[in-house]
Amino acid sequence: MFKILEANELTTNIFQMIVEAPRVASACLPGQFLIIRVDEEGERIPLTICDYDREKGTVEIVVQAIGAETYKLKSLKAGDSLADVVGPLGKPSDLCEESIDELKKKKIVFIAGGVGTAPVYPQAKWLKEQGVDCDVIIGAKTKDLVILEDRFKKVCNLHITTDDGSYGRNGMVTKALQDLWDEGNKYDHCVAIGPMIMMKFVCKLTEELGIPTIVSMNPIMVDGTGMCGACRLTVDGQVKFACVDGPEFDGHKVDFDQAMNRMKLYKTEEGRLYLKAQEGDTHHGGCGNCN
Amino acid sequence: MDGFVRVPVREQDAKERATNFKEVCLGYNKEEAEKEALRCLNCPNPKCVQGCPVSINIPAFIEQVKKGNVEGAYQEISKASALPAVCGRVCPQESQCEGQCVRGIKGDAVSIGKLERYVADTAREMGIKPEGAKEKKGKKVAVIGSGPSGLTCAGDLAKMGYDVTIFEALHEAGGVLVYGIPEFRLPKDAVVKKEIENVKSLGVKLETDVVIGKSVTIDELMEKEGFEAVFIGSGAGLPRFMNIPGEQSMGVFSANEYLTRSNLMKAFDENSRTPIMKAKKCVIVGGGNVAMDAARTALRLGAEVHVVYRRGEEELPARKEEVHHAKEEGIIFDLLCNPVEIHADENGWVKSITCIRMELGEPDESGRRSPVEVPGSEFDIECDAVIMSLGTSPNPLISSTTAGLDVNRRQCIVAQEETGATSKPGVFAGGDAVTGAATVILAMGAGKAAAKGIDEYLQNK
Repeated sequence: MFKILEANELTTNIFQMIVEAPRVASACLPGQFLIIRVDEEGERIPLTICDYDREKGTVEIVVQAIGAETYKLKSLKAGDSLADVVGPLGKPSDLCEESIDELKKKKIVFIAGGVGTAPVYPQAKWLKEQGVDCDVIIGAKTKDLVILEDRFKKVCNLHITTDDGSYGRNGMVTKALQDLWDEGNKYDHCVAIGPMIMMKFVCKLTEELGIPTIVSMNPIMVDGTGMCGACRLTVDGQVKFACVDGPEFDGHKVDFDQAMNRMKLYKTEEGRLYLKAQEGDTHHGGCGNCN
Repeated sequence: MDGFVRVPVREQDAKERATNFKEVCLGYNKEEAEKEALRCLNCPNPKCVQGCPVSINIPAFIEQVKKGNVEGAYQEISKASALPAVCGRVCPQESQCEGQCVRGIKGDAVSIGKLERYVADTAREMGIKPEGAKEKKGKKVAVIGSGPSGLTCAGDLAKMGYDVTIFEALHEAGGVLVYGIPEFRLPKDAVVKKEIENVKSLGVKLETDVVIGKSVTIDELMEKEGFEAVFIGSGAGLPRFMNIPGEQSMGVFSANEYLTRSNLMKAFDENSRTPIMKAKKCVIVGGGNVAMDAARTALRLGAEVHVVYRRGEEELPARKEEVHHAKEEGIIFDLLCNPVEIHADENGWVKSITCIRMELGEPDESGRRSPVEVPGSEFDIECDAVIMSLGTSPNPLISSTTAGLDVNRRQCIVAQEETGATSKPGVFAGGDAVTGAATVILAMGAGKAAAKGIDEYLQNK
């Protein structure tokens, strides 16, 4: 069992937890992820690592409640435990492999969308610790949905943009990137993490601008160790497994349309389970799957 | 009944079992087992023992069954095998112990597998446990992977008195016994969990949720955590795909994914929180035991199931018993044909698969006649799901993070057969991680050899 030390709601349906997981905490690097199970009958949920404390043996996760399992996770409090936390999984970010001198020569921009803001944080923080500056663009629908702002401010040059203009710049992350570029920020490296549709359009733009771009893919996964192949995607015409070959890939080579299509696979079945969980004994149809 | 025919084993009716996940084979009762045991001639030079990869003293345990002494029979088997209830169910006895039985020359071989199963099941019901070590050696050994080879190696080392910890990547112990082999062939709670409990009762510790190579490396286990030897039994978990057009369509799965969802995550059960696709018409590609497991699972989840295999019936790599059971249950075999393309509908879901007819040519290096395409013979099978069961290869997670550990070109760890010793001192390996995908019992045999190898290594260290 893995004890939850802290549990806080960051904004509507996005919450943060600090969990005791010494093996993960001692080995993880930015870019990697972990898998949890809420309880003994739970699904295996892949989640990004938002932060870690090697000495305390803890990891921080930031989660958006979207289905039956994540709502169940959200209901847990400090002092409760998770049945399983396994990781770190996937490869660390390529940035961790590069020499610090090389990194210092680069102008790096991170583009974070929605709950994808969380996995950007450890990368920006890691760069800061190595003495490397970076820009981060956080995109959110509206002001209330911007997360981790104060923590980002300490580790990077932060630009916030909201779709409705209620905070920071006005518009999508692609507009913010174009504007920053036009303002003279000639980036040589971009990392985009967020909804697939956002990553797809960021990649379209950065291809035009000629900025090499890394994306972090979050497809459906079961084991997370290369065993099931559910997370397979096409990169540069080749089949890759996000869990072991990624999760980070060259964004200009990822087949996003195929990846987005594959996300629909269990939509109806997950929706059914969610409805069943929400409505409990009062569930009498409406999910399209039962009579 | 004369001595030439074995006592038949009771099975769940084919029509009935095709709709449930309860065990197909019901096993012998006391009367049937004792009657079958009497058929054993107790040969002075028992060939059956030579046919057993873990060398169970088969005539000796059968003698105890004849006397009605289940505990004696169980302890006899336990000396050699940590997982008798598993082996009694999934071993290919026909090509091992039973294949060597002299009774088989003129009639049926003694039903050794079913007798082993009877002993293990009855002992479990009676609460009989294997006997542990009398003295502790005070040396720590790490076992990576809790599948058949790891459990066997751990059990044997614990019996010798070593302090053994098994590291398992998944949330549950058992490896292929829990994620791969379905409930209807190998019940999880009633059989697998209990046998693992027995291994733990020998003093073996188990740490789940540890991915060696990611959470911690082998070097760290040896340098920082005090393990003096390591056994790698991490299996062959990476699925293969065909790399044909349309393979990324929705509704195309690896057998590993399909079976893991159903077996490990219990998706066959309505109440499971893990989804699984309930296909209407499902094509399984491949003809091995895993293909049979996937086919019979899809059938039980309500699909019409076609097994597409590029060779003929004789060449099917699956056990005869599995093919026979699959046919009884209504699985359709489309033999001598091979998929060339998968077609999806406008929403990206599988709608059909194009196959081409094959004929058998000259035998290849494996001795099997290699299939050759018949030009212009393409035809379509309509289906809404395709399950690829083309074999698996070892996961590079460990080999790629362990300096000095040699692998061959198929990513299999290079290890000596007699001792399991690898190119790295103190590190041993066995099972599918070394051989590529094979059987439960061969993995157990390798785990057993490695336990001996590790004992010798540590005694001379």
